[in-house]
Amino acid sequence: MGSVEGRAIFFIGLIIASLVVITPTFTEVPPWWPWKAPMRLGLDLQGGTHLLYQVEIDQAIDNTVERISRDIERELRDANVGAFTVDRTGRTLNIKLANRDKRGEVRRLLEDRFTNLSLSESSGSDAADLTLELKPAEVLRIRQGAVEQALDIMRNRIDQFGVAEPTLQAQGDDQIVVQLPGIQDPGRAKELIGRTALLEFRLLAEGPQAGTIQAPGAGVVVMPGQGDAGGRTQYLVEKRPIMTGEVITDARVQPGSATEGMAVDFVLDARGAKLFGDATTEHVKRRLAIVLDGYVQSAPEIREPITGGRGQITGRFNFTEAQDLANVLRNGALPAPLKLLEERTVGPSLGKDSIRQGSLSFLVGSLAVVAFMIFYYRGGGIIADLALIMNVLLLLGAFAAFGFTLTMPGIAGIVLTVGMAVDANVLILERVREELRLGKSARASIEAGYDRAWSAILDSNVTTFLSGLILFQFGSGPIRGFAVTLCLGILTTIASAVFATRVVYDWRASRRRLLTVSV
Amino acid sequence: MKGTSGTAAPAKPPAEKGAGQQPPPKFLELIPPDLGIDFVGLSPRMLLLSSIFILMGLASMFYRGGFNYGIDFAGGTLVQVRFPQSTSITDIRGALEGEDLRGVSVQDVGKDSREFQIRVQAEASEATIESANKVKKGLQAKFGEGSYDVLRVEEVGPKVGKQLWRDASLSILFATLIMGAYIAIRFDFRYGIAAAAALVHDVLITLGAISLWNIEFDLTTVAALLTIVGFSVNDTVIISDRIRETMKTRRKEPFATIINIALNETLSRTVINSGTAIIVTAALFFLGGSVVHSFAFALLVGFIIGTYSSIFVSTPIVLWLEGRRAKRA
Repeated sequence: MGSVEGRAIFFIGLIIASLVVITPTFTEVPPWWPWKAPMRLGLDLQGGTHLLYQVEIDQAIDNTVERISRDIERELRDANVGAFTVDRTGRTLNIKLANRDKRGEVRRLLEDRFTNLSLSESSGSDAADLTLELKPAEVLRIRQGAVEQALDIMRNRIDQFGVAEPTLQAQGDDQIVVQLPGIQDPGRAKELIGRTALLEFRLLAEGPQAGTIQAPGAGVVVMPGQGDAGGRTQYLVEKRPIMTGEVITDARVQPGSATEGMAVDFVLDARGAKLFGDATTEHVKRRLAIVLDGYVQSAPEIREPITGGRGQITGRFNFTEAQDLANVLRNGALPAPLKLLEERTVGPSLGKDSIRQGSLSFLVGSLAVVAFMIFYYRGGGIIADLALIMNVLLLLGAFAAFGFTLTMPGIAGIVLTVGMAVDANVLILERVREELRLGKSARASIEAGYDRAWSAILDSNVTTFLSGLILFQFGSGPIRGFAVTLCLGILTTIASAVFATRVVYDWRASRRRLLTVSV
Repeated sequence: MKGTSGTAAPAKPPAEKGAGQQPPPKFLELIPPDLGIDFVGLSPRMLLLSSIFILMGLASMFYRGGFNYGIDFAGGTLVQVRFPQSTSITDIRGALEGEDLRGVSVQDVGKDSREFQIRVQAEASEATIESANKVKKGLQAKFGEGSYDVLRVEEVGPKVGKQLWRDASLSILFATLIMGAYIAIRFDFRYGIAAAAALVHDVLITLGAISLWNIEFDLTTVAALLTIVGFSVNDTVIISDRIRETMKTRRKEPFATIINIALNETLSRTVINSGTAIIVTAALFFLGGSVVHSFAFALLVGFIIGTYSSIFVSTPIVLWLEGRRAKRA
């Protein structure tokens, strides 16, 4: 321990720094004030919406396998290996070749091009000539990547939606927490954030092989159109899409015709432009379904080849719908669908109530404790109370300085810290009394009081700290706020109730030869 | 079991010169250190009392089929609204009758029949959560938009609750074990077992009280239980520390006497410390509002029981374990 003066300056500095950082939270500060940021309030205090999503990762893996099967088809068609079929059952791809002699050639080709697949040749079976599966390392990569990718896309969507200070965080293996301060009616935000936004272009099936809605033909699927569940048109579309939305580089809202409402124009990248150009050239006069998340938005006829890499989606959108659609198309589809697990919205008046009620409990609780300490321990109680005030200042200062979020359980944690912090002083003062009863001098009693109480103070605070850590690990949102307060409160308690009070006694001892003590 | 007088008589003569001239110090004492309560002798009766408390709690849990779970755990929908004037629950129920909602309950949470919590059970399927919109629609049709204030809306799918329940039980169990291990390392294996047993006792009784008073069991309850585990072990630490110290100075006394001395000497501190914690928790309970109500309730019960158990549960267990060891030796 340093000199009395050194320690005193250190603690006074801490108090001043705390006052500086917490002032902006409570009042307007002049421009020269060195700290501007007010304390961060949790959604439960300032109002806003909390959403918890689950990323359906298994779906992301299925989607990847589906995409690979399309790539394989294209490769094999280009490689001239004769007739073949590629079928997906779950996460397994089965390839059947008309000309089985080509098996070796196909195998080499696939092994060369698709390094993320493990390939096995089945000789006798009728089901498949070649079986492909994702390598375990690849599955793991998709699992880890899906949440990360979804977070990025969701963040971009929210940024363009315009919310002040949104937070998005991954939680656990496959969950994402979204916090939108100030949003009271999350309907539109939810729609925008949670939408998969998988855009597909599929040809409408034609001719005899298309089948009927009840019995679609091979390679044909039925997809619903827009509108009410009852009066939806059903479409027969080809199972293989021409292309998906990942080739879109930009999308903007355009005023459409009076009957069609707003439209969304999109721009394709080079690969997309080529795919779109080839398909529209080959299939002029056929109808092209534009499918969004499994619903056919529109199915216009291809009047002429579209080679410019631009297109338009119509579907009786109003302006905000069109705006949100352009937003999700620009930022791309989520790697997997999201499921909304939890939604909490706090109105601003409840937050204000909570702050008021929290402050009131704090004031009443603290005053009772402060009064008791003075009543019971006299001089020692006054010093303990000063330490308590310092404790609360340091605790709030730490919140402001490190940018922790204050929540209602966090306020409860501050109130609780007040009740538990005096324990350290009680331990010391009770010990000092015992030493005085043994007839020791004031100085020796204080010395012994601090020394002997120290191990008990440390032990009892470590246990509470440990339970705070476990709580932090368990909880999220407001509960975490409580855990943070509990743990920080223990640190500030040890600093103020043990070390700072000691400075006061040491300072008094250094100034007088004979010390009296009032406990 | 023999009682002892727990007087803290000085073991050594005054250490410093000149101290003899000073009058003996007088302090304001609510609980003098030489009260001489025979805690060890009282412990069998207290054990009976604890058992009764625990059984009452368990009976209530069985009778009610668990707890009054909040939507954190049960899943479902909660809409809290406030009206500018007092409104009857019947009116609110009436507003929701037309909507297709499962298991609606309306509860008055304010003081003057203006604030209500409307709960709707989770949909049976794991489909989208839409009940809040139906509640809002019903209220709007009956009372008109803007004539009331929507304070909060919470919707939780049933899956989240199951996951939470597992995490919560695991973390409380884990915390109890960690505390036991910490005490075992700092003191002795027997103290560790005793501390963990006392914590299980505290958590059980607190859970029982939550069930008996039908207090909502939500996420903050778990936070409170973990805090209780950390707080309750404090007293155990202080008392164990004192037992160890007393053992050094009074080697010849039987262990039961040493325990009684240690408990009497620390009683004042134990009561004051718990007292201040209970004061602030009471302030939270009575003034903190609906958000921290169940939290403060659990803390209040837990702090009282935790103090009691450090004196009457964990220390007798240490004595009992010590007795078994002595018999074997």
